[in-house]
This record gives sequence, C-alpha cells and structure tokens, in this order.
Amino acid sequence: MSDVFVITEHLQGILTETSFELLAMARGIAGSGKVTAGLVGSGVGDLASQLGGADAIVVVDDPAFEVFNPEGHARVFAALVDESQAPVVLVPYTSMGMDVASDLAARSGMPLVSFCTSVGAEGALGATCRLYAGKIEADIEVDGERAIFAVLAGSTPAEQGRSGGAAIVETVSSPVDAGSLSVTCLGVTLPAGGDVDITSQDVLVVVGRGIESKDNIEEAQELADALGGAVAASRPIIDQGWLPKSRQVGKSGLTVKPKVYLTLGVSGAPEHIEGMKDAGTIISVNTDPQAPIFGVAHYGWVGDIFDILPELVEKLEAG
Amino acid sequence: MDSVVLLRPVPDPVEELELNDDGDDLDRDYLGYVLNEFDDHALEEALLLKEKGGGTVTVFGIGSADEMEQILYAALAKGADEAFKLGDQLEHMSVASQAELVISALQDRSYDLILTGVQASDELDGQLGVWVAAKLGLPHVSVVVGVTGSAGSVKVTKEFWGGITADYEVRPPAVLGIQAAEQAPRYVAVSLIRQAQQEGSLTQLDLEAPSDSSGVRITAVRLPETGGGAEMITGDESEAAERIIEIIRGAGV
Ligand SMILES: Cc1cc2nc3c(=O)[nH]c(=O)nc-3n(C[C@H](O)[C@H](O)[C@H](O)COP(=O)(O)OP(=O)(O)OC[C@H]3O[C@@H](n4cnc5c(N)ncnc54)[C@H](O)[C@@H]3O)c2cc1C
Ligand SMILES: Nc1ncnc2c1ncn2[C@@H]1O[C@H](COP(=O)(O)O)[C@@H](O)[C@H]1O
Repeated sequence: MSDVFVITEHLQGILTETSFELLAMARGIAGSGKVTAGLVGSGVGDLASQLGGADAIVVVDDPAFEVFNPEGHARVFAALVDESQAPVVLVPYTSMGMDVASDLAARSGMPLVSFCTSVGAEGALGATCRLYAGKIEADIEVDGERAIFAVLAGSTPAEQGRSGGAAIVETVSSPVDAGSLSVTCLGVTLPAGGDVDITSQDVLVVVGRGIESKDNIEEAQELADALGGAVAASRPIIDQGWLPKSRQVGKSGLTVKPKVYLTLGVSGAPEHIEGMKDAGTIISVNTDPQAPIFGVAHYGWVGDIFDILPELVEKLEAG
Repeated sequence: MDSVVLLRPVPDPVEELELNDDGDDLDRDYLGYVLNEFDDHALEEALLLKEKGGGTVTVFGIGSADEMEQILYAALAKGADEAFKLGDQLEHMSVASQAELVISALQDRSYDLILTGVQASDELDGQLGVWVAAKLGLPHVSVVVGVTGSAGSVKVTKEFWGGITADYEVRPPAVLGIQAAEQAPRYVAVSLIRQAQQEGSLTQLDLEAPSDSSGVRITAVRLPETGGGAEMITGDESEAAERIIEIIRGAGV
C-alpha cells in the first residue's frame, strides 16, 4: 500500500490509453492508499472529469500548456510531484513521458526505472522491465522509499483506469512562469492521409528490417494482394524511405487490430508490439528463434522470409 | 551551428544474447557492440546541420567496449571535427554519473546543440540527454524527427504518435533526442575509418568517474522462452506455407 502519483497525457483533446493504463496500475499498487493524477493543459476541465480512476486530480490549466511543451510540462510535473511527495510516481514511457521522466529524476533525486511492464510496492519498491529491445526481461529492486517508474504502453488493461467515481479536482496555478521557457510550440501537424488506411484492413502483411531492400517489398505486396490485404511495416522501413509513414505500426505509428497480422522479419521490439498486440491472429516468420515477436504471436515459423514468401504467393494464386 | 553528439555502444542486436552465471546480467565476455542505431541518426543530423549552415560537430563517447574507438573514428571519417572518449567503465555506471562526465567534458566548450539518440534500450535508469539538460538547466526535446535553423534559433519537429507531430522553436543551447535524421545515416568506407585512425585525432579525457549509484538494481534477468507463447509451426517452407494459409482461412479471411 503506497500513495501513487500518475502523470497523465493528452493530445488533441484526448487522454491517451496509456494514461488510463497507468491509473489502473496505480490502483493496484495503492490498494487503500491514494492515487493522484496530474493533468497539465489548457481548458482541460472535461478531461479531468474522465479521470475518475484517480482519487484526486491536480490540474494546471494554462494557455501556455495547450500543446505538450517538453521543457514546460517537465518542470510543472516536477513541481507537482515535489508537492505531492507520493512515494511512487508513474510516468507513461511515451513520446511525452520521455521528456518528463528523466527530467523529473534529475531534478528530484528520486531513482528512475525505465521500460517497466509491472511495478510493485509490497515491501521494497521494484519492477519488471523489458530491456535490449524486448529481448531480455529483468527484475529490478529500488533502494530507498520513493521512485519514478516509466511504464511501457500496453502493460496493464486500461479498463479499470476508466471506471471509478468522482475524484476531487484541485486546480492550482502554474508553478512555472511560461515566459521563462526556452521552448515554444509553433503548432501541431496532423498526418496527411496515406494511400492506404492500414487501420481498416482485415489482413496486414508486415515487413521489418529482415526484408532487406525496397525491391523485396514488392513480393510482400503480392502476398497482400493475394490475401486482399495491405502491406504495413516497422519503423526502420519507413525511416529508410521504403514505405510512407502511413504504413507504420507501433508506438510512433498507428495502432492496428486486423483479423490477421502476418509479420516477415520483424523482431518485435516493445515499440512495435505496442501497436499490434491486440490483432486477432498474429503469425510471425523470423530466422531468430529468440525473436521477441514470438512472445506475442499466436503462430510462428522459424525460417527465412525469402523461402516462404514465394511458396505463400504460389499456393494462394493456385487457389 | 556547433553540435556535440553523444555516441553509445550497445550490444549488437543481431547477436544472440546469453546470460551470466549469476543470472543478473548478460554474459558480456564475447558480446560484440555496435553504435546505438538512434545515435547514428543523431550524428547524421549533426553532419547535415554542419553541411547546410557551417559550424562544427564534436562527438563524445563513454564506454569500455573495444568498439568505442572504432565508433569514434567512424564518426571522424564521416565528417566530425573532434572526438573525445570520456571515462571507460560504462557497465553499471548510473545515468547520473554519465551525465556528470558529460557535463565536465562540456566545460569551457561552447556549443549550440547537444544531440543524442532518442534512447538506448539497454539503459535502465534514465535517458542521458534529458538528464544532462535538467542538470544544466537547458531545454530539451525528445523524439525529434526534424531540425532546422541557425545558432540563434532552432526549429525542431517532435513526433508523438499516429503520425502527429508538433513544431517547436527552441532557444539554444538545447539538448535534442533524435529519433530519425532527415535522411538515413550515411555509410563510410572502411579505408576512410582507417585513415582517421592513422591520423589519431581521438582525445582521451581522463575525467574522474563519479560513483553515485542510481539506487536501481537488477536482481535477475531472463531470456524470453523460445517461441514465447506462440504455437510453433514445423516443417519446411512448403509445409509451413500450407499451414499458414490454413490458419489465415481459419481466421475468417
Ligand atoms: C520512441 C521510439 C518510437 C518507436 N516507434 C516505433 C514504431 O512505431 N514502430 C516500430 O516498428 N518501431 C518503432 N521504434 C523502433 C523499435 O525500437 C525497433 O528499432 C524497430 O521496431 C525494429 O524494427 P524491425 O523489427 O523491423 O528490425 P530489427 O529489430 O532489426 O529486426 C529484424 C528482424 O528480422 C529478422 N530477419 C532478418 N533477416 C531475415 C530473413 N531473411 N528471414 C526472416 N527473418 C529475418 C531478424 O532475425 C530480426 O529479428 C521506436 C523506437 C523508439 C525509441
Ligand atoms: N555511455 C554513453 N556514451 C555516450 N552517449 C551515451 C551514453 N549513454 C547514453 N548516451 C546517449 O544518450 C542517448 C540516450 O540513451 P539512454 O540514456 O541510454 O537512453 C543515447 O542514444 C546516446 O546518444
């Protein structure tokens, strides 16, 4: 039993799934202790009312923080955490949390544990973490009474974090003078619509770095065509410029739930898994039997994509 | 624009990882290291900024891996102006201690940007770049996919999720965690790396390694079960293809 402070995040007026997951996790850790949610933004009264999974919500409502400000939000959260003195602080390990967690730790002197999938406060503080791009799982113990845990998205079902009653909302004035910030937001850009909407497909054939070249993606496209689906990809394929951003699945891409998700040469880093773990049937092909993707796949074949791709296409085309 | 880029060697992702006898760390005896892929992007971004607007690129590396020097020489061969090796016992050094090393190496040095990779997936207790920024009171932006501007004012693009990004104006000096450079990192010929090595322009800074503990301890590590929870398909590619098609049809497609 331990009081917990949860850092919540939102974008375009929507609280993230991870915020609710962390509230659910916090409830499990806190038991009868108190769960406080921190919410920083502009005109966020409506968002506060959705955070019933917490016992209390501390809100900083300031036009300067309408859009996430890496410097500003980090400093505001540092002040709120300092004020709360909760022994356990949960930060989403997301694009926003990455600017908050280490800043908070460096300023507060509290130990920080990154890449957490579960957090415990029975007896000593501790966590389970996913390191080395998901290839190693580690048990962690923390010395001392307080710590910050940066938690991977998808670690706990969000459901329980959404329920709950009416939390006590306390609005405080910003502890940070926005005029003193060296970072100013110029605007938010929404993605340009892609040629294909990978979130509405029944079948996705998903290529990772194992596909080796832009040309080889054509073969995956043939397979997708034969199955009436589309080709999606891991991040490195997009960073290479081999497919447009609209095809990216994962933390910094899209979240997809097709009926069939067939991966070819995707290792299964936590950042990829975030975007596809709830797909209906996951089938993975990888030459490495230790590839973490097999941890979320329903079916796996250890072998070479260039051996199996032509077989798949040929058999499908033959009917 | 004068940039400092932090380069970290990480276990080669294509190598099979094995555990030590105590089961609390990797068996590092035969482990090969490579540059963290995001650091390669950070270096690329720094080189592009230099090519477009002038200035310098300095690289810092902390790490005992044999590959560290190779990584720094490769950076010089790609166009970095100076390379420094700071301290050399990376293993079990806390992020806070690494930050202190970086901060002392930065002393008496003028710079506009510190560029790091967005993360290293083998570091448990924080992100070095953000930590350095917080300690120096500098602004930081993580998950950066675009940088433009001059020494007086920098515009950066940060990526959130679902393809949504935000642009920020940042007053340097600032720390940026690079997710992806504007273009894929360049390759460099081995001959050029060898040449950089012969010119010997790498400086070892003998800084005292701070010893504060992170307060975070690994008590046990595990490899995921082979195959994890998946039902593994056996047979050659033809049999496997047959079975995969059966599974897909069974899923109602
Ligand atoms: C903040 C942040 C956000 C990120 N967002 C995303 C994201 O949204 N989406 C995403 O995907 N990643 C994301 N990443 C990157 C992520 O960490 C991994 O680097 C990436 O997912 C790895 O892609 P991959 O599996 O294709 O490549 P690798 O990890 O290089 O894996 C390639 C795999 O292919 C296998 N292979 C090679 N050749 C063959 C062959 N011939 N046949 C069969 N198998 C073969 C190998 O065994 C290996 O497992 C993000 C990272 C960060 C830090
Ligand atoms: N030991 C190191 N030496 C040099 N740079 C490092 C080191 N550790 C971390 N970094 C930098 O900080 C970034 C974030 O890594 P990390 O703090 O390990 O998540 C890396 O991508 C590097 O750019």
